[in-house]
Amino acid sequence: MAKKMQISLTVNGEAHELLAEPRELLIHVLREKLGLTGPHIGCETSHCGACTVDMDGKSVKSCTVLAAQADGATITTIEGLGNPDGLHVLQRMFREHHGLQCGYCTPGMITRAHRLLQENPAPTEEEVRFGMAGNLCRCTGYQNIVKAILAAAAEMNAKEAAE
Amino acid sequence: MIPAAFEYHRPDSLASAIAILTEHGDEARVVAGGHSLIPMMKLRMAAISHLVDLQKVGELRGITVAGDTVTIGAMVTQAELIAHDGLAKAAPLLREAALQIADPQVRYMGTVGGNVANGDPGNDMPGLMQCLGATFTLAGPGGSRDVAARDFYHSAYVTERADDEILTKITFTAPSGGYAYEKQKRKIGDYATAAAAVLLTKAGGKVATASVAMTNLSDTPVWSEDAAAALMGSDCGDAAIKVAVTAMLGDIDPQKDNRGPIEFKRHVAGVILARAITRAWSRA
Repeated sequence: MAKKMQISLTVNGEAHELLAEPRELLIHVLREKLGLTGPHIGCETSHCGACTVDMDGKSVKSCTVLAAQADGATITTIEGLGNPDGLHVLQRMFREHHGLQCGYCTPGMITRAHRLLQENPAPTEEEVRFGMAGNLCRCTGYQNIVKAILAAAAEMNAKEAAE
Repeated sequence: MIPAAFEYHRPDSLASAIAILTEHGDEARVVAGGHSLIPMMKLRMAAISHLVDLQKVGELRGITVAGDTVTIGAMVTQAELIAHDGLAKAAPLLREAALQIADPQVRYMGTVGGNVANGDPGNDMPGLMQCLGATFTLAGPGGSRDVAARDFYHSAYVTERADDEILTKITFTAPSGGYAYEKQKRKIGDYATAAAAVLLTKAGGKVATASVAMTNLSDTPVWSEDAAAALMGSDCGDAAIKVAVTAMLGDIDPQKDNRGPIEFKRHVAGVILARAITRAWSRA
């Protein structure tokens, strides 16, 4: 067995030093070592996007990133975006527009949508669909997810204009 | 699904990356974005003792457009390629194709170098680079050498690159005229059932030059000289396109798999190439 290596990660603003085998996947480190169970393990084959987290300003599927590759990275998970006492605008809009049913894909959807809106604050419906193409939902049919993201973008832009 | 154990290396220069490859021979593999290699390691279809992560090798980064010469570092991601305005102007064909690769998350990690060096017949960039007549630069312990994309692919996953070499950059002359990359896939994230890259230039209402390459229709990309020859000097009308498609069908060798039987793939290849030629001509 390969020896463990020291890995530094900044996750949701908090610095962590941990030991991991190089072959450990980022999703396992987040869920099992740091107790962040928001990112889900869905397909495990980089298709479904349930494990999406933000790594150094990029949306990544954390089931296809080695913890060793992530050494030194800054990561945001769904837990870093909002919590029950203070929902992120995307979380509120997913609730308001029924952008989820079973909820399994939702953390990945919202984390991906967050990065999409950082890069393109006022996307068209088509741009939302294209930008969310790496996240699968088997419940909603996507209509309400797209609506929720567009509504979140509108609210974020209105807030910015008011400031 | 967890990969088998390996030792992880993160060299910070090309020279030290090559030194690690030289030391460990075929037990070592480089990893760029990892979105082809890591899934294979998780499935235990790839067993690697020494994984050499190229993320800190600065020499492999960056896109430069100098005059009509375009150079793309091997570690440039598909997302970086898509976002590069100078490249989009110099070679819009690349951006059109990159937008059809995988999905947003994979494009943030997946690199151009990984896509061309992997040798997977399903990858889109190899056919594209053959269409462009690109040159790959390989660096090894004895220095570096240039290999034409059209000579690089021997069979599935077997390329001109030796075990102790790293593909460092891709160079090509910015094409003029019309371009198109057409891809038929079953769903977002899938490899092509058939894809076609076409470059055309026009002079006096006729096709002056043509280049045609097909993806995932053989165990290597297929640069079809016969299809290009069929178009040259023609008016690029339906009859000429039909001749070009027939010529292309003589060059491909698709196999039956979960994307369909051979007959279906040949049919799709014809439809996709005709569409690509029509679109490239409309832009020429």
